[in-house]
Amino acid sequence: MTDDDPIIRVRGLRNQFGSQVVHDNLDLDVRRGEVLGIVGGSGTGKSVLLRSIVGLQRPTAGTVTVLGRTISEMEEEERKRLEQQWGILFQDGALFSALTVAENVQVPYREHLGLPLDLMDELAALKITMVGLPSDACTKYPSELSGGMRKRAGLARALALDPDILFLDEPTAGLDPIGAAAFDTLIRDLQRTLGLTVFLVTHDLDTLHATCDRIAVLADKRVTLQGTMDDMLRSDHPWIKEYFTGPRARAAQASATG
Amino acid sequence: MSATTTATLETEEAEVGFLVRAKGAWTVRLVRDLDGPLREISPKRARGRDAVIDLTGLTRLDTAGAWLLHRTSEQLRVAGLRVSYRGETAEIRTLLDVAEGYRFGFNLRLPRPPAYIQLADRVGATLISVANEVRGLLGFFGLLLEVLWRTIKHPSRLRVVPLVHHMERAGLDALPIVCLMTFLIGGVLAQQGAVQLQKFGAEVFTVNMVAITFLREIGILLTAIIVAGRSGSAFTAEIGSMKMREEVDAMRTLGLDPMDMLVVPRVLALVIMLPLLTFVADIMGLVGGALMVWQMLDTSPGVFIVRLSEAADFWTFGVGILKAPLMALVIAMIGCYAGMRVTGSAESVGVQTTRSVVQSIFMVIVLDALFAVFFTAIGI
Repeated sequence: MTDDDPIIRVRGLRNQFGSQVVHDNLDLDVRRGEVLGIVGGSGTGKSVLLRSIVGLQRPTAGTVTVLGRTISEMEEEERKRLEQQWGILFQDGALFSALTVAENVQVPYREHLGLPLDLMDELAALKITMVGLPSDACTKYPSELSGGMRKRAGLARALALDPDILFLDEPTAGLDPIGAAAFDTLIRDLQRTLGLTVFLVTHDLDTLHATCDRIAVLADKRVTLQGTMDDMLRSDHPWIKEYFTGPRARAAQASATG
Repeated sequence: MSATTTATLETEEAEVGFLVRAKGAWTVRLVRDLDGPLREISPKRARGRDAVIDLTGLTRLDTAGAWLLHRTSEQLRVAGLRVSYRGETAEIRTLLDVAEGYRFGFNLRLPRPPAYIQLADRVGATLISVANEVRGLLGFFGLLLEVLWRTIKHPSRLRVVPLVHHMERAGLDALPIVCLMTFLIGGVLAQQGAVQLQKFGAEVFTVNMVAITFLREIGILLTAIIVAGRSGSAFTAEIGSMKMREEVDAMRTLGLDPMDMLVVPRVLALVIMLPLLTFVADIMGLVGGALMVWQMLDTSPGVFIVRLSEAADFWTFGVGILKAPLMALVIAMIGCYAGMRVTGSAESVGVQTTRSVVQSIFMVIVLDALFAVFFTAIGI
């Protein structure tokens, strides 16, 4: 596999729940080192797409190739190794409620690597600093944290094993505008320093402007358009037009350029 | 073993000073065995005042590796050496900057007091929570009585549709399981009793034993326990999930009283249905006993009924059935109260449901014991 090959390649993906078809013949490429934003109306299956790629949802048809390996054809052991090369931030952090923030971050170290205790503590503290949490958050339980802090803690856990790919599901949903902007900056900074590939599902136009290199639009059960923000603005597709040039979009654009 | 799958470390005394050579891929998956040796690097081995960390052999580095490099350089610096990096690239610098952002002195572990204090702490916390629970339950009982009184005064406040719905769910739907369980227990009781009584030739009294234990105690107790597990928990889960989704709050803001809407229909439904269920349970238990006696001792159903009317009078049955409404009240009340106590999280629904079942079964048995004392005292 060369560096030019897409790090994630989805071909002919079909997802169907009962008689309801969510995706039909969906193709998608994610290039190494980019931030790809996935947008689409409610119910277009953005989260389902994410879940199909990471193997939480078995697609009805189609193939998903991540880092050159096809998800559905993998053995259990190989899968486990691959899973350590990506990190996922779920919508509300999905922290284990019985563990403190530090213990949450240490779960992958404990389970997969068996690192010495002291090193585990140091690395967890490093990750927690990286995502911008204060030091007293380490010993807190998820229920004692605000929504924004939970997301940061979830991000620290997703980054614990220094993954190549980071999946983010609505990272700014439920955050106030200031918190959301700070989170956007954090994602962009971390992506640059750690050389991450980021797959980002979002509704938030500000996030798209602030963090994404490219955007993929889900509509009509597949990826209708994949390209840069400029490509989006030039599109004639009615939904894309409405989404990217509506009143809220203009405000987001103004704040991104101004 | 190639340079991309191993991480190694060499130290030597060179011209430039004390030299630490990092080689291979210093990534989180590979650095486990480097941690110990790196901590043990002793600056005393350095002859001069310079130390160099050589990065030219690195094939990969991530934040974990960068942290180890930074920690080692700090370790040497604290010992009074001048530390410099050799072969530092822009990427490595970025990662080292990340590692340098972290200061020592984080407290990651929760402070744990000594065991005896933890023990005292837990005992105390449990006592307080039990006391609060009892107080809350008594308060809820008072509130319920008041609301019930209001409903009696103004019967139009009663929600008939939910009442009938809960009567069906808690009563009619419970029939199969109640029938099956009591039928089997009636049979088992007769069989075990017959075996023991046969030993001293008193097997004719098996009917008396089955009739009296079943009508007075087992019928109601078994039914109440099944209902507590089945409906008490359902009440908690239903009201609890409504509480969690703020439906209960929405109800209040619309001027509807959750006590009227949710609690009263459930309590009344159970108070009406539990005596009826107990009646069916008694019959099924006796049928089970009769069949077993017929099979083991050749006592025909006709004879069974004759012996039954001699052994038990109305009050044998009455004692059992009288307990039913009170137990129903307690089960429904505990179920609804636990549901109302649910707070925000889904986890709390689970906690409260467990608590509701345990408490209501406990209370059913306590009540039964109290009734036994009471009925013996008044001589029936």
